[in-house]
Amino acid sequence: MSIEIRNVTKRFGEFLALDDVSLEVPDGSLTAVLGPSGSGKSTLLRVVAGLERPDSGEVLLAGKDATGLSPQRRDVGFVFQHYAAFKHMTVRDNVGFALAIRKRPKREIAERVDELLELVQLKGFADRYPSKLSGGQRQRMALARALAAKPEVLLLDEPFGALDARVRAELRDWLRRLHDEVHVTTVFVTHDQEEAMEVADHVAVLNAGRLEQVGAPAELYDKPASEFVLRFLGDAFRLGDGLVRPHDIVLARFPNDGAVEVEVERIVIVGANARIDLVDGTGERMTARLRREDVENLELARGEIVWATAEQAHPIPERNAIA
Amino acid sequence: MSVPRRLPLRAVALGYLLVVLLGPLAMIFYRSFQSGLRPVWQALSDPLTIHAFEVTLEATAIAVPLNTVFGILCALAIVRRRFRGKGFLNAFIDLPLAVSPVVIGLALYILYGRTGWFGGWLLGHGIQVLFALPSIVLATVFVSVPFVAREVIPTLRELGTEQEQAAATLGATRWQRFWRITLPSIRWAVIYGVVLTTARCLGEYGAVAIVSGRIEGVTQTATLRVEEYWLNFNTAGAYAVSLVLATMAVIVLVAMTLIRPREEAH
Repeated sequence: MSIEIRNVTKRFGEFLALDDVSLEVPDGSLTAVLGPSGSGKSTLLRVVAGLERPDSGEVLLAGKDATGLSPQRRDVGFVFQHYAAFKHMTVRDNVGFALAIRKRPKREIAERVDELLELVQLKGFADRYPSKLSGGQRQRMALARALAAKPEVLLLDEPFGALDARVRAELRDWLRRLHDEVHVTTVFVTHDQEEAMEVADHVAVLNAGRLEQVGAPAELYDKPASEFVLRFLGDAFRLGDGLVRPHDIVLARFPNDGAVEVEVERIVIVGANARIDLVDGTGERMTARLRREDVENLELARGEIVWATAEQAHPIPERNAIA
Repeated sequence: MSVPRRLPLRAVALGYLLVVLLGPLAMIFYRSFQSGLRPVWQALSDPLTIHAFEVTLEATAIAVPLNTVFGILCALAIVRRRFRGKGFLNAFIDLPLAVSPVVIGLALYILYGRTGWFGGWLLGHGIQVLFALPSIVLATVFVSVPFVAREVIPTLRELGTEQEQAAATLGATRWQRFWRITLPSIRWAVIYGVVLTTARCLGEYGAVAIVSGRIEGVTQTATLRVEEYWLNFNTAGAYAVSLVLATMAVIVLVAMTLIRPREEAH
């Protein structure tokens, strides 16, 4: 089921959470909504689920207007950041909830729950209460619960936000594989650019309630539409008239065209890579990422003056030029 | 905190309970049986005593369900809704705790008496409120209003709305969300509130003393029966009825503490 968001605006009192946002999510895709906290990304997801009503604009599900539809009639699975586990129910009853509500026969519910618990690797936990599960297990239970009634759309609000780094990485891979298996249109919200770039087919970047850019991860990284996107998707520094990524900085002993004179402040060698902290004449700081052998060939040392150029520089976009 | 520091604290807490609560209760138990079983049995088998307990239980049986439903609705409104006069409602619930039951009794007397606002009209339609069961029920309902709402409000606050939102996205209607998510989540607060309400109803004295008319065998409640025995120098009778009242309250409380940990173990 495709999702179409048209000119959605939402205010909470004085706060403008969503400012005329339009976004299309193609059927069967895995899309990330990426943005810093307070950018309106969770609100956008909640508008799609029907948990928030937009002040203006429309939400279309499978081409049909769903703006006024209550959440229970949208056929949308939603996974909350803090799991929203039903604490008074066992894992089995949690996962089977959507089917029990629909008055499905007990046998059918039991079969579907077993199937889902197998899928989320929680077989053998069916009779436990959520309080006896780890964070990652609870999140997988919440996922199974959201998938039980075979929704056309799966929405995940910062699904891995409350988990530690290792479990996060595991679940991330697992979500990708799950999507490849189940093919349900999936949208997840995250503030972690690495997570968005690694997992999603499409990434939509939100900033202060406005949609900055939508595209494939590589496209966003290589052709950022604004300085915000450029800076949000990875470190970027000002070098001369443009912005550069750390691995695009080239250092040399002698000046060539457009090179900027910089002083080496610090050299950190980690394995085969090196990180060089630099500062130019105006006090602008930047970090270059080089291979260790390049650092050794240049015989770089702290306090020395070298010349920096950019292999690939992004012009500073007009709209968001540095003040 | 270290163990030696904690011990005296515990001793003070237990000692206080012993002196203030358990001591008097134990004394009632002791005094009831001091002159043997006969006077106790005599007082408890008296048809007037049995009737007094019936009146008390009847009023309790009406007041408790009424205040349970009202308490849950009130708590939901206060925690989940925004409306004008919410602070007023919140404060108003506690009124029966703040105002002496005697004052409540007098207020009911003024309203429902022959010359009162409602009393005259009701009497004209053949409904006797004062000095009859309706007034006892009214007084009992009034004094036991706060308990369920007061227990449920903090639990509802802590619960939040996320589980219900999750249930909504899973297809549950408002009604299904209430029965399957909200009510089971607050059940212990409700049960505890019901226990306190019940105990309060059984023990109600002041308001009922004024509006019931204390008619033996008609509007006399168990607590009024205690007073009657006491004023007539039948101390064994007074202790015996008190003992039954105290035992009922203790049984309810103990039963609850016994069920609770087992359910919460998961």
